[in-house]
Amino acid sequence: MGQKPKALTILDWITGILFITAILGVFFYAPLEAVMGWVQKVFYFHVAAGWTGMLGFLVSAVAGVLYLVKKDPRWDRIGFAGVEIGMVFMLICIITGSIWARPIWNTWWTWDPRLTTATIMELIYAAYLLLRQGVEEPDRRARFGAVYAIIGFISVPLTFLSIRIFRTIHPVVIGSNDPGAAGAFDMTPRMMQVFMFSLVAFSFIFADILWHRIRLGALADHVEQKKIQLQTWGE
Amino acid sequence: MKNSSPSLWKATLAVVWKDLTAELRSRELLTSMLVFALLVILIFNFALELDARARANITAGVLWVTFTFAGTLGLNRSMAVEKDRGCLDGLLLAPVDRAAIYLGKALSNWVFLLIVAGIVLPVYSLLYNTNLFQPGLILVILLASEGYIAVGTLLASMAVQARTRDILLPILLFPVVIPVLVAAVKASSGFLEGLGWVDVSTWVNLLIVYDVIFTAVSFMVFDFVVEE
Repeated sequence: MGQKPKALTILDWITGILFITAILGVFFYAPLEAVMGWVQKVFYFHVAAGWTGMLGFLVSAVAGVLYLVKKDPRWDRIGFAGVEIGMVFMLICIITGSIWARPIWNTWWTWDPRLTTATIMELIYAAYLLLRQGVEEPDRRARFGAVYAIIGFISVPLTFLSIRIFRTIHPVVIGSNDPGAAGAFDMTPRMMQVFMFSLVAFSFIFADILWHRIRLGALADHVEQKKIQLQTWGE
Repeated sequence: MKNSSPSLWKATLAVVWKDLTAELRSRELLTSMLVFALLVILIFNFALELDARARANITAGVLWVTFTFAGTLGLNRSMAVEKDRGCLDGLLLAPVDRAAIYLGKALSNWVFLLIVAGIVLPVYSLLYNTNLFQPGLILVILLASEGYIAVGTLLASMAVQARTRDILLPILLFPVVIPVLVAAVKASSGFLEGLGWVDVSTWVNLLIVYDVIFTAVSFMVFDFVVEE
């Protein structure tokens, strides 16, 4: 406790440098997309933010299972951190997607499986935060959080599947190319490089923020314990 | 498992029996669920102007919204009763596998929801001059309500232990049961429009997959929710 670990400071610097390089890469290295123009630049960070968001939710589900098995409050802090970070990045993903969709699909929003699932995920994890807020006892809060993180995460693929059976217009840039999707494009090698680089950069951002958030959680728990100690001394 | 404790099945039935007997005597849960369900249909009648042409398409949606809302009411009540009068502690002290408590509560909740559905269907048929008693629709109601109740019972037992319990259950439950609702609405309207099995089977399969996964997971994690 106390001092910030040296490795974390190093990670901060690496993350900062990677992120700045990614921004430069997006604007100066990657070529301009022929049809969509500048707005396509959103793609690199849009997908990377979605990836980071999913990573956060995955971490929270895995930490939930580990908490229920091991009962170590560390796993609860990790799970909670995963949800918070996941929510922020999923929101970034939704907003950047809307900015792109306005000129390309001619609408801010459509009820496509990916968009709908992302929104439902935000609602699931908002419910997670409300659940935690409603329980005061730390041990019970951690158990409920873990259970809900698992249930919520498992429901996501089924939600996606159920909405997918309706027709989708979201482009699938990686993997299969559905000709019906509006706004799909083929990546040039340079685009691919920048895309992969931003995925790596965002993964670093995720790891860095996660570490900070877990540390903050540990410090907050520490403070809470000290407060309880003070109260018991006073009596 | 100790030899002296009753089998899982017996303990489950005992919990179901207890719930059904209590309900038979007080009738507060079913009455409020039913009145609420009928009110929801009444409100939809005016909000959507359910005329003859619109009805065929909208019926499935109205039915499922009604069941979902009435179901939340029932789930909340069924768990709050246990919590308020200290019955849950009594149940937890009983020398039985805790899975039996989950199974018992889930089964009785399921029975209550099916009773509500069993009364809403003829009333709706009567009011709107259609026939909702079709084997396909009944199958969908059985499957979808099972998945809904499986998750709902688990989440309700968490919600009643929280400070904000009355408002918490729908917030926790609705985003997680969206696959059930989408599949149930599509399958029901498919059956009501007389589509063939080929068009509806995807949705029925999705319901079965959801039921299996969520019943299993809820069954496994229930222990952690009531543990003290």
